Parts: sequence; structure tokens; C-alpha cells
Amino acid sequence: MKIHISKYYYGDIPEEKAGGFQDQKSNVDKNSWPLWEVFVRSKQGLDHKHVGSLHATDPVMAIENARDVYTRRQEGVSIWVVESKFITASNPEEAGELYEPAADKIYRHPTFYELPDEVGHM
Amino acid sequence: MPLQDLEKIFEDKIENEIKIEPKDWMPDAYRKTNIRQISQHAHSEVVGMLPEGNWISRAPSLKRKAILIAKVQDEAGHGLYLYSSAETLGSSRDEMVADLHSGKAKYSSIFNYPSLTWADMGAIGWLVDGAAILNQVMLCRTSYGPYARAMVRICKEESFHQRQGFESLLVLSRGTDEQKAMCQDAINRWWWPSLMMFGPRDSESTNSDQSMKWKIKRKTNDELRQQFVDMAVMQVKVLGMTLPDPYLKWNEERKHYDFGEINWDEFWNVVKGNGPCNKQRLAARNKAHDEGAWVREAAIAYAEKKSNQNKQEAA
Repeated sequence: MKIHISKYYYGDIPEEKAGGFQDQKSNVDKNSWPLWEVFVRSKQGLDHKHVGSLHATDPVMAIENARDVYTRRQEGVSIWVVESKFITASNPEEAGELYEPAADKIYRHPTFYELPDEVGHM
Repeated sequence: MPLQDLEKIFEDKIENEIKIEPKDWMPDAYRKTNIRQISQHAHSEVVGMLPEGNWISRAPSLKRKAILIAKVQDEAGHGLYLYSSAETLGSSRDEMVADLHSGKAKYSSIFNYPSLTWADMGAIGWLVDGAAILNQVMLCRTSYGPYARAMVRICKEESFHQRQGFESLLVLSRGTDEQKAMCQDAINRWWWPSLMMFGPRDSESTNSDQSMKWKIKRKTNDELRQQFVDMAVMQVKVLGMTLPDPYLKWNEERKHYDFGEINWDEFWNVVKGNGPCNKQRLAARNKAHDEGAWVREAAIAYAEKKSNQNKQEAA
């Protein structure tokens, strides 16, 4: 597949059109802070929901940063953080094996059963 | 799975408006384009704090100062949302930050213009954030899931930025002659750079437009720019000010405003690093990063010490 991207949009200036300070130092930090995933409960009674991630050295800092980054407008009443490396995720390529078996079990849904109207709401 | 099948699945998702998620297969070029665009966008938010930070200590009232601090803090937050969505594509935060600081990565050229008067804070909010919002609203529908979600969050907050800017100009426009002149001057200086924010003309592009096909972008530069001009012409009337373009005229046939030609030499010059503040902005970023090095190191040392203590207690 031959791909040529030549249109430059706001926020997308191609490198060959850039210039300037190319050859300066590259100061990548050797000890970068670990990545944390952030979950916020927006109000009492609702689930914690994934909102994004951030970097922090320890759980306390992760919570404090999450407060500043993800709840500046009272978006939450409770925060969970977990280091990203501890999350195991299912593989999208295995979606077939994982989820298709449920597709033909329509008898798991209440609408599968036809009942007389006299029964009313059930 | 053979590559053709993976490509087919990917293309089908794009076609059917199904978002691409981090662990899904995607073409390398799609990944690279997203990393470049999202990180440049993040850099723009971060560098965008500088022209406004310049006025925090000189805001004319406590109210305006509190607003400006909240806005600058939002920009930092927006940078973080975006960096973390770029990280889901396998780019590391340190790499991105290093590329910004070395000058290799770009950010929006608009922030290479100086903020010379207090009225610039209003003009930036109204025009610069206004232009950014049009782009960002479109990006809420971009095909890469984490980018789209970051954009939704950003758009919710961005509206305050534009409104506070316009309101600040409105106050000046009803003030003394001097305040009115300051308001007009800021609009005059920020108008053209704001139009440049949408990038080169569509006709400059001769090759296939992959970003549109992949639905990373949903509208062209010229479409967004026209939308912006049409809006601004109406809004500037409320201020009782004018836009610095003699060619601005309603076109009955197109049902849009015609406008004058952008100075493209200036545009590319600023992109290439020769704008009024390019060096100053990068120097400020590098200085902040270098002077913060000890904080980052201390935080790591503290975390290590704590974790060692915990291990000893457990033993």
C-alpha cells in the first residue's frame, strides 16, 4: 500500500517543512515516571469509569495529579488509580472466540419468550 | 491473520464509523500520522500557556487573574490528555517532550506571536481559541478512539476559554478611547495569524488526502477557515470593532464571506522557526524542564525509598 501524506493541517506540519532547531540535544530522561490509569466516580451511586492516564512516581502522587488533571470541574467524588502495567487486556484479534459464542444464545434475553398479554408486565 | 485481511478489517471499521482502539491492528502510516498530529496538538497546548502566562502577574483585576490562571491550568490539562492519548500508540512521553524541546516537533505557529498588551488576552481567547475550537469540534469525531475522547473532554472546557476572551474584549470595547484602541489593535494583530492556524489552502495539496480518507480529519482547512471567517464577521460587529481585511465581503452566490489572501511567506517563515517568538518559546520550555529536573529526580528517589521501606517492613 503506497501512502503519501502531503496535506498539512493545523496541528500537523510535516517534518520536511519544519526546520530551525533540528540538531540540538536530545535529553530523554532515563528514569521516567510510571504510567497510571485513572478511574473516576462522577457521583455517589455510579461506577468508576476510565477517564485517561497520567505519569506519577507513586500512588499518592497519582491520585493528586488525577485530581488536578481530571476533576478540575467537580467531575468526580472518588478516584481510583492503578499502574498501567498491572492491567491485562483482552486481545482484539481474539474477539471472535471470546464474544461470538454469546451471539446465538438469544434465549438469554427476556424478549425470547412470548407470553399472553394477560400476564402483564413481567 | 494475513496482512490483507487486517487491512480489510481496518478499512471496514473506518468506513462504518467504528473507532480504532489502541490494541487494534492499524497501518503504520496511520499510527505515525496520529502520533505526529496528537503530539503536535499536545505541544501546542503546552506552549500555548506561555503567551498567556506572560500576563497572569499583570492582569488588571483579581477576577481576571483568577480566570487567566484557570485557563492556563486548563491548557496544561489539555496537553496531558493529548500526551496520554499519543502514548496509547506507543510513543513515550519523554520522547515527545524531548522532540518538542529540541525543536524537532512542531506546535501551532500562533504561539510564536507575542502577547503585547492586556487586550491580547481577550483576542487570543476569542480568535485563537475560537479557531482551535472549530478544529477540535471536528476532531471529536476523529477515527482514533483515545484522540476523539480526549477531544470531547477538551471541547467541554474550551468554550469557557473563548467566552471569557470575547467578554474581556467586550468590556474594553465599551471602555475609554484608549481601551477601545487597544481592543482594535489586538484584533488587528491576531486576525491574520488566527486564519493561518487552519494551515495551507486545500489547493496546495496535489496528492491523495489520506488523513481525510482515514477520517483523522473530517473537514478541510479551507472549509474550517471559511466557517471561522463567517462567524467572526458577525461577532466583531457586537464588539463594534473591525477586522483588518479590506476584501472581506459577503458573497451572495457562495453564501459565505470572501476574504483577502493570507501572507503565506510569513506563514512558512514562522513554521520554519523564524517567527517573532520561536526561540523565546523553546528557550522557556527548555529552561522550565531543566530547572525542574531535580524535582523529578527527587520524586523518583522518594518513591524508591518508600518502596524499599515497605519491603523491609514486609520481611
